[in-house]
Amino acid sequence: MSETNYLELRKITKVYPNGVIANEDVNMVLQRGEIHALMGENGAGKTTLMKILFGIEQPTSGEIYLEGQKIEIHNPLDAISKKIGMVHQHFMMDENLTVTENVILGMEPTKGLSLDTKKAREMTMEIAKKYNFKITPDKRVMDLSVGQKQKVEILKALIRGAQLLILDEPTAVLTPQETEELFEQLKILRDEGHTIIFISHKLNEVKHICSRATVLRGGKSVGSHDLKDISLAELSKLMVGRDVVREIEKQKAKPGDAVLEVKNLKVLNDELVQVVNDVSFKLRKGEILGIVGVEGNGQRQLIDCVTGLESEYQGEILIDGKVCAHSNGVKQRRDAGLNHIPEDRLTYGVIANATLLENLISNTYDKKENNKGIFMDDKKNSDRVTDLISRFQIKTDSKHTLVRMLSGGNMQKVVAAREMSTDMSILVADQPTRGIDVGTESFIHDRLVEMRDKGVAVLLVSADINEVMELSDSLIVFYEGEITAYFPDASKVTEEELGLYMLGLKKMKDEEIAEVAK
Amino acid sequence: MTTKKVTEHSQDELRSQIMRIEFFFEFLRTVLSIVIALGIVLVIVAFITDDPLKAIQTLLMGPLKSVRVFGNVIELAIPLTFCGLAITVIFSSNRFNMAADGAFFVGGLAGACAALAVPDAPFMVKLFVGLSAGFGTGMIIGLIPALLNRFFGAWELITSLMMNYAYGFFVRYVLNRVIRNKDSISIESHPFNVDMGKLFTGTRIHYGLIIVLVLAVLVYVFMYKTRWGYALRVTGKSEKYATYSGIKTGIVILGAQVMGAAIAGLGGAVEMFGLYQTFRWTASQGYGFDGIIISTLARNNPLFVPISAFFLSYLRIGADVLNRSSDIPAELMSAIQAVIILLIAAKAFLSGYKQKAIVKQSQKFAAQGGEAE
Ligand SMILES: Nc1ncnc2c1ncn2[C@@H]1O[C@H](COP(=O)(O)OP(=O)(O)OP(=O)(O)O)[C@@H](O)[C@H]1O
Ligand SMILES: [Mg+2]
Repeated sequence: MSETNYLELRKITKVYPNGVIANEDVNMVLQRGEIHALMGENGAGKTTLMKILFGIEQPTSGEIYLEGQKIEIHNPLDAISKKIGMVHQHFMMDENLTVTENVILGMEPTKGLSLDTKKAREMTMEIAKKYNFKITPDKRVMDLSVGQKQKVEILKALIRGAQLLILDEPTAVLTPQETEELFEQLKILRDEGHTIIFISHKLNEVKHICSRATVLRGGKSVGSHDLKDISLAELSKLMVGRDVVREIEKQKAKPGDAVLEVKNLKVLNDELVQVVNDVSFKLRKGEILGIVGVEGNGQRQLIDCVTGLESEYQGEILIDGKVCAHSNGVKQRRDAGLNHIPEDRLTYGVIANATLLENLISNTYDKKENNKGIFMDDKKNSDRVTDLISRFQIKTDSKHTLVRMLSGGNMQKVVAAREMSTDMSILVADQPTRGIDVGTESFIHDRLVEMRDKGVAVLLVSADINEVMELSDSLIVFYEGEITAYFPDASKVTEEELGLYMLGLKKMKDEEIAEVAK
Repeated sequence: MTTKKVTEHSQDELRSQIMRIEFFFEFLRTVLSIVIALGIVLVIVAFITDDPLKAIQTLLMGPLKSVRVFGNVIELAIPLTFCGLAITVIFSSNRFNMAADGAFFVGGLAGACAALAVPDAPFMVKLFVGLSAGFGTGMIIGLIPALLNRFFGAWELITSLMMNYAYGFFVRYVLNRVIRNKDSISIESHPFNVDMGKLFTGTRIHYGLIIVLVLAVLVYVFMYKTRWGYALRVTGKSEKYATYSGIKTGIVILGAQVMGAAIAGLGGAVEMFGLYQTFRWTASQGYGFDGIIISTLARNNPLFVPISAFFLSYLRIGADVLNRSSDIPAELMSAIQAVIILLIAAKAFLSGYKQKAIVKQSQKFAAQGGEAE
């Protein structure tokens, strides 16, 4: 290119306060109007690099050039004034405020001394319309689906005039439809001259939407590539440093007796709407049962009841034929052999302000074999944690590091390691590989299949429909709080067919659905 | 395989070097905070007296003036440690129940009343009954705000502070109407005849010192070495996560508040039997609130609580001596305390230098091939 580069990062190095070198002499060049992928394994330093660009972290050394000018970005306000916007891996919004309030936060139009609500709403609608975003300006953010939340985050950046948009794993939480929608919007933005940095672990998405990619490995940049010239296999080899096999190998399931039984489950939400409506099914030993459905059709509430997090429900949940308690029911279910990888890793999956060790022993600390009389067996706990860290390839400098200092994918590995490593009869795996890189993803998939083969019953939920279809032995579809389809053999279903059920365009006969409760 | 071992090993080494740097800066920061705070005092004092250096000297060295005065430091550190431990336990459940203050106060009364109720019992029985009464009273006082929160959602901070106010009236009522010695000219109870005895002659340091040091170790062991302590720490850090892990958070939170306040209640009774012959408190000593400062300074580690209690006590006694030997008001001490505590608690202080030291170490290490694959 003859013209000057839009943005250039030169020899960026970042050493965190605890001594971790997250970036080392990283170079990255962006042209105006491109969608540029930033790729790398979990903990490679992608988020760190972007935080530096957005002024959240300060580089230890290195330079940033914007349109040929050397700039310094001391804080996010600086970044915004230079027309840089960022949507974080873990959203940063006030969940109690409405969409409008979040979008205009910090730049509120005023009338005299008070907020001009009408104007604020107009501004929000205007920008949403300009970029063809469908949003509900008066809804509280906590009532939105993740996909909608993400749109709000993007709007927040756009309304502040962002020309460069950093999206840190935007699709990790999206369903395929939502991803498709997002891509359409990104293309519009690109065509308008916006530049976008796109972080994702999903190679085909990257290939689909991006023109060039910069790859990080172990904190160093290993080059930028035109995506036209490089195959997916080559790309993943660049990231990991070895060939990655992504095929899930599995034999046909040999399901045994039912271990989990859900009988006539009904749940009302806070607005007294019936979100789960008379759902019954059985989960059998040695089987992976996948739940698919567009988000917000009651799957969340179902999982919360099954795992005991939600106590307000009607109907019965049985493990090994024994009815589970409604309130304070988590312990009982865990003791009965139910493990749970929760969807929201920051709220339920980890304690960010505790060490890896403290996080990794929370489901075993009270077991007899891990205690000596009244004392915890520190050595045993510590050995176990060391083993988990190496087996699940959690990238950390020590087991005494706080979990909040881990990269997003590594936090997820902490959750997976803990919940997949004890004896259990049921595993509820809700988005088990969210934000995890390709290498570790296949490791976790293999483990899931292996556990199934050992007789564990797995209830799988994932926004990634390909993941559910590939892993599951049988499938149920959720639509408006009901099971609308049951496929005893998941390999016989096509994505199109599932789509029809997911959107409520088709529904099986009651007898067919009732099979799942037999 | 061998290369991997080497990497792991050097990672550990880097880690321990970094920990050394962190420790060094923590130490440096504490010392510097104190020096800076004293500098500020020096300036203030210079305005008030003609001989500021002498004043500073009295403040710093005053407590070492005589065995008796130094004894006062230890003597004051005992109740402060009790309350510091109480607050450490309560706050680790992430509930800001201020019951410790009321518990200490009423615990003293309960100890005295219990001893008065069994006037003819042998000494050990009386002591045991009295200490148990203090402990039990503390439990109840901690339980009230906890229950109000559990069933009505009332905020512990508010209810406990309000209750502390009510306890003042309660104690004065009991003292005046129930246990007051009508023959005495001052407001006090009959003698309860439980004297724990002094540890060292020439001082008033009593056996409460032993009790509280043992207690500090016990609290530490409980919080960091047992599964119940683990459950408590997890609950305090994230209630949602604790629920998800199957911890019965309701009981844990309640338990921490009850146990914490019980420690304060016990402290009240120990204080009573260690220092007094008759009950004569008409107002709270306020040690419960000092407990917050102490617990913060100790970084919520029970083992550091006695040390930070000693530190605070030393400052107090120094101010006391200074106050008696000059025209400087003891209230000035409150200001100095505030400065020192602010500086110690402020994480950012010196953190820039710390960061630079760590970065240097880490990069030097990487250059040596510590990161080699
Ligand atoms: N605040 C922090 N303090 C210390 N170390 C940190 C901190 N944040 C990140 N790290 C470390 O820096 C490294 C890079 O982390 P980063 O979050 O940039 O990875 P990432 O490439 O975004 O990974 P992921 O794909 O998992 O999101 C990791 O080893 C991580 O543990
Ligand atoms: Mg990241």
